[in-house]
Amino acid sequence: MKYVIIGNSTAAVGAVEAIRRNDRSGSIVIIGSEKYHVYSRPLISYLLLGKTDEERMKYRGNDFYNEHRCELKLGRTAMRIDLPKKQVILDNGEAVSYDRLLVATGSSPVVPPIPGLDEVTYKFTFTTLDDAKALDAALFENARVLILGAGLIGLKCAEGISKKKVEITCVDLAPRVLSSILDDQGSDVIKKHLEDHSIRFFLGRQVTGFDGNKAILDDKTGIPFDVLVLAVGVRPNVSLVRDIGGRVNRGILIDERCRTSIPDIYAAGDCCESMDVSSGETKVMALLPNAYMQGECAGMNMSGVDYIFDRAIPMNAIGLFGKHIITAGTYKGDIYYESEGGSLKKLFYSDNRLNGFIIIGNIDKAGIYTALIREKTPLDTIDFELICRTPGLMAFSRETRAEKLGGVINESIGTPIGIPCVE
Amino acid sequence: MKRVYVNEKWCLGCHLCEYYCAFANTGEKDMARALKDMKISPRIRVEEKDGISFAVSCRHCPEPLCVKGCITGALRKIDGIITVDRNKCIGCYTCILSCPYGAVSPSEDGAIQKCELCIKTHEGIPRCVLGCPNGAIVFEERGE
Repeated sequence: MKYVIIGNSTAAVGAVEAIRRNDRSGSIVIIGSEKYHVYSRPLISYLLLGKTDEERMKYRGNDFYNEHRCELKLGRTAMRIDLPKKQVILDNGEAVSYDRLLVATGSSPVVPPIPGLDEVTYKFTFTTLDDAKALDAALFENARVLILGAGLIGLKCAEGISKKKVEITCVDLAPRVLSSILDDQGSDVIKKHLEDHSIRFFLGRQVTGFDGNKAILDDKTGIPFDVLVLAVGVRPNVSLVRDIGGRVNRGILIDERCRTSIPDIYAAGDCCESMDVSSGETKVMALLPNAYMQGECAGMNMSGVDYIFDRAIPMNAIGLFGKHIITAGTYKGDIYYESEGGSLKKLFYSDNRLNGFIIIGNIDKAGIYTALIREKTPLDTIDFELICRTPGLMAFSRETRAEKLGGVINESIGTPIGIPCVE
Repeated sequence: MKRVYVNEKWCLGCHLCEYYCAFANTGEKDMARALKDMKISPRIRVEEKDGISFAVSCRHCPEPLCVKGCITGALRKIDGIITVDRNKCIGCYTCILSCPYGAVSPSEDGAIQKCELCIKTHEGIPRCVLGCPNGAIVFEERGE
């Protein structure tokens, strides 16, 4: 069996580890445009902050490829898939044959078409190790850094460079920070916290143009800067699959076995759309845990084990200047709310189910809430009032608790439902 | 593989397991001296309410969500035991978001901590099990 994986990040690792559980002899080829050993993308901000280094950023140890017998083609980009020949064509013209192919191409930062942007000298995106190194090299003392985007990437970037004696200004079209994961109230708490750390915000504002090293906002405010960071969002890399007629929406469409619409081609990670079980909607959930679990699911199926991953939900854990935020699911329904100082907890529930939650500050045991969403636990089977106040196993019935604590039970979110058919 | 299991019927709610856990991770010889005036931060934690109590620690799940979701690769399952490389952990707490048992917690230095069955500190039976005065916490094989 010849396995080919396009991409060398989280989903690829998930796939490799799963494939090698079932198939020790097949060949695995990994194609990656970056020349690095697999590293954790979200750690680039911690690298700038000095909380990690390139060695510790490695998502798996130095012997990973060797141990899992992977052939690497790094620094190479897959240009297209030749469907009739079952080959991936690389940028150097090389053709790599596959029996089963995983597309784990991730996403790319969006560069907005703003007039004058081309003339800005020091502009950076912030998703790769090379991005981080380039940004770091461009910074100097008292540099005025303008970050477009107050989402996860923009704010982690802000934190990452905050120790470098730079002035940070953040502009976002949305009226609040972290608009994809926080509601108004949560956003207010975080915005104040960030302002206390000297980050300046222009929210609900759009940059309409650049006049040299000055950004012009829609209300005519001019913001002079030395270094520009573009963090307005990412777009799934879908072209390889779209070009051969595979079903694609914003992301590549996959089923619960991570199959695309094309036989023998699987997809996983940030390039995909999948079902959010907290809302029932199909969406891009570009999150590292989902990338790993989708990659794993793809790898299982590619190596002949029928395996389903159907419990994906949006979920985020993020720390900013010492304040921790954990969120998951969908913010709809009735609300349980508590707040104290800079802390906040909001649980959203309806129809006997927990739909989502936002916790800022005291994140202790938050995973118990996540599990309620993921498992769609009927709230009338637990002491909901208690669990709202105090997440714990106490809220479950004695029987459920005995099951959870007393024996080995499979809390799998992917369910193996077959036996290996590859030796 | 042997794991730590709790039987809430026998749990007295004495919290000694928490103290033994905290002690095990101090590397000290004398428990009283090691924990004197210390606010302990154990990896096994007792839940209690209305006369019911039980201790909760890592289940070392067959399909560990904390390991799968770990953004750094600091959490790994090695020989059935989920361990954390504290040098790699950057304290993002994705594992706390993921763990359905609430068995992972932040440590004082920001990295996470969780039960590692005392493999890094002691040989043999985990200290919470040894210290439980009523046999409510056991270390045994129950399948898998």
